[in-house]
Amino acid sequence: MEKMPKWADVVLIPLISLLLAAGLSALVILAIGEDPVAAVKLMVDGALGSSYGLGYTLYYATNFMFTGLAVAVAAHAGLFNIGGEGQAMLGGLGVAVICLFIPWPHWTLALLFATLGAGLFGAAWAAIPAYLQAKRGSHIVITTIMFNFIAAAVLNYVLVNVLKPASSMDPASARFGDTVHLPSLHELLAPLGIAFSKSAPANVSLLVAVAACFVVWLLIWRSSLGFEIRAFGKSEPGARYAGISPVKITMIAMMISGALAGMMAINNVMGEAERLVLNATEGAGFIGIAVALMGRNHPFGVFLAAILFGFLYQGGAELALWTKIPRELIVVIQALVILFTGALDNMVRIPLEKIFLAFRKEAN
Amino acid sequence: MDFLTLIQVLDSTVRLATPLLLACLAGLYSERAGVFDIGLEGKMLMAAFFSAAIAAVTGNVWLGLLAGIAASLVLSGLHGLASITFRGNQLISGVAINFLAAGLTVLIAQDWFKQGGRTPSLLTSGRFGPITLPFAESVKDVPIFGPIYSELLSGHSILVYFAFLAVPATWWILYRTRFGLRLRAVGENPAAVDTAGVSVIGLRYAAVAICGVLCGVAGAYLATALQAGFVKDMTAGRGFIALAALIFAKWRPWQAMGACLLFGLLQAVALRFQNIELGSLTIPVQVMDALPYILTVVILAGFVGKAVPPRAGGEPYVKER
Repeated sequence: MEKMPKWADVVLIPLISLLLAAGLSALVILAIGEDPVAAVKLMVDGALGSSYGLGYTLYYATNFMFTGLAVAVAAHAGLFNIGGEGQAMLGGLGVAVICLFIPWPHWTLALLFATLGAGLFGAAWAAIPAYLQAKRGSHIVITTIMFNFIAAAVLNYVLVNVLKPASSMDPASARFGDTVHLPSLHELLAPLGIAFSKSAPANVSLLVAVAACFVVWLLIWRSSLGFEIRAFGKSEPGARYAGISPVKITMIAMMISGALAGMMAINNVMGEAERLVLNATEGAGFIGIAVALMGRNHPFGVFLAAILFGFLYQGGAELALWTKIPRELIVVIQALVILFTGALDNMVRIPLEKIFLAFRKEAN
Repeated sequence: MDFLTLIQVLDSTVRLATPLLLACLAGLYSERAGVFDIGLEGKMLMAAFFSAAIAAVTGNVWLGLLAGIAASLVLSGLHGLASITFRGNQLISGVAINFLAAGLTVLIAQDWFKQGGRTPSLLTSGRFGPITLPFAESVKDVPIFGPIYSELLSGHSILVYFAFLAVPATWWILYRTRFGLRLRAVGENPAAVDTAGVSVIGLRYAAVAICGVLCGVAGAYLATALQAGFVKDMTAGRGFIALAALIFAKWRPWQAMGACLLFGLLQAVALRFQNIELGSLTIPVQVMDALPYILTVVILAGFVGKAVPPRAGGEPYVKER
């Protein structure tokens, strides 16, 4: 028997978890000696009040959509991909290789191939832990954590010893050419007569991210592969009995997941920095965990949660600028969201289920 | 490389292996009891901050150590609450704890000290000083043995000796006491322990608490002995290297010491030499950085002796179905 209606599971529990996280964060702000209400106002104003702030919010949200989807796809197969950070770093390398060494005639072609390249590099980086999990039984969480660190070392090596221009001291690649410049929202919206901030980094990758949400939805709920992934995630023995190959699903789900994380690079590397720098991912791979948990692993939920976290990121930057609240407040909020929606899920769920059961008894 | 350089590298190996060893043994207790802990990093970081902060304010390093242990225990309690009481996902709880520590330490440091997320530098009274072993001065000039004794073995802080004594102690507790037997059993087959009338929840909380204490000491060592004060993200992935060492050692105490010394050596060599030239071949420093993780993946993959984790690891225990 369903203990509570579906809407409660999908909407009410994340909402209560979010309120708990917000309440605790407010206490933290109070303890620092600032006013939480004023802080929220400042965040809303800074992140949504101008097209400049909105542009940053959407830029961050684009990153988080990709990494959130990555975690969600793996989660449907019952796999916890904590390696989004490393996969996104490698995706950045893929984008850099494609943008630096091929003279693209137009940005549309460059974007298409950069997306493929980023996805390929990310998928390849996820394929090794996936293979080790499927064939050798090594725990995917541990191997993907290790691969994050190995990816950081690889990036460091490649940037310092291979991609860094000889004249430069900075461990970063050369600037990409002008033809691979992705149009920003300002350039996209200007022909439509909508004014949008010139300096905000949100760009056409946002549309790719939204399309990715839709494609993932099709994949998970409207394709037989998606059915196999979900069946495998619910019960491995059940799936095996139905003739679904655990090795195949583990590999495919992780590679799709890695590809999605890698594709983040078209936004931060190609769209914003227009060159590959050290630590280009800025922890977005880990935020994907919070985004996927918050969004209940559903692409639409991920879309909403990514925008929420984009808002938190941009709002947090504004807070750090105008108050004595450091940017790290966002890390705390992120931790609380992961804690309440992920690890302490039962703490919210069990009392709520009791309440719903009590109501049902009364109704009967 | 002359003899003195070798001694110096080994000396720095011991210093760098100590936090790894403490965190690794911490993880060993927790994981042997069936509670996965990828939050070692966060607990160390939290302990590092609170030990440095309290030592800076009071000028007493022992109070700092206690504060560090207490802070780490609070996070352990949270991990226990999430993964034992509410049967949540232990891995996700660990991730949350790492972020919580990364954010809170800087937030509180900025609020208390206003120095950009760090504590003031600790003076000598706020730090664990070196302990000179007996006769270290007098045997200093004896060839070979002299430098080994007076440079390598003597002159570390008390926490270093504590860490290395914790290895035989852990071995004894795990393999020679009733508590240790039960602890190992609860990580392999909690239902059997429950049937025998021993509390699974109690044992697991005890293991998580020991884990918290050891992580607390590890963090305090980082901030008050290895360095003089707390800086943002000062654990720098050590919690994960400790986790790697734990797997590398296949969850056994003596082997854990070996693995931590090996990884400590890699860090010491990377710190001292940067790129290593072997004739025409140059090993870049990044290889040294990545080597602990690569070795762990190889071990995990089972190409060189398979690492099998405790059987009930990561599974919350449900008493009746």
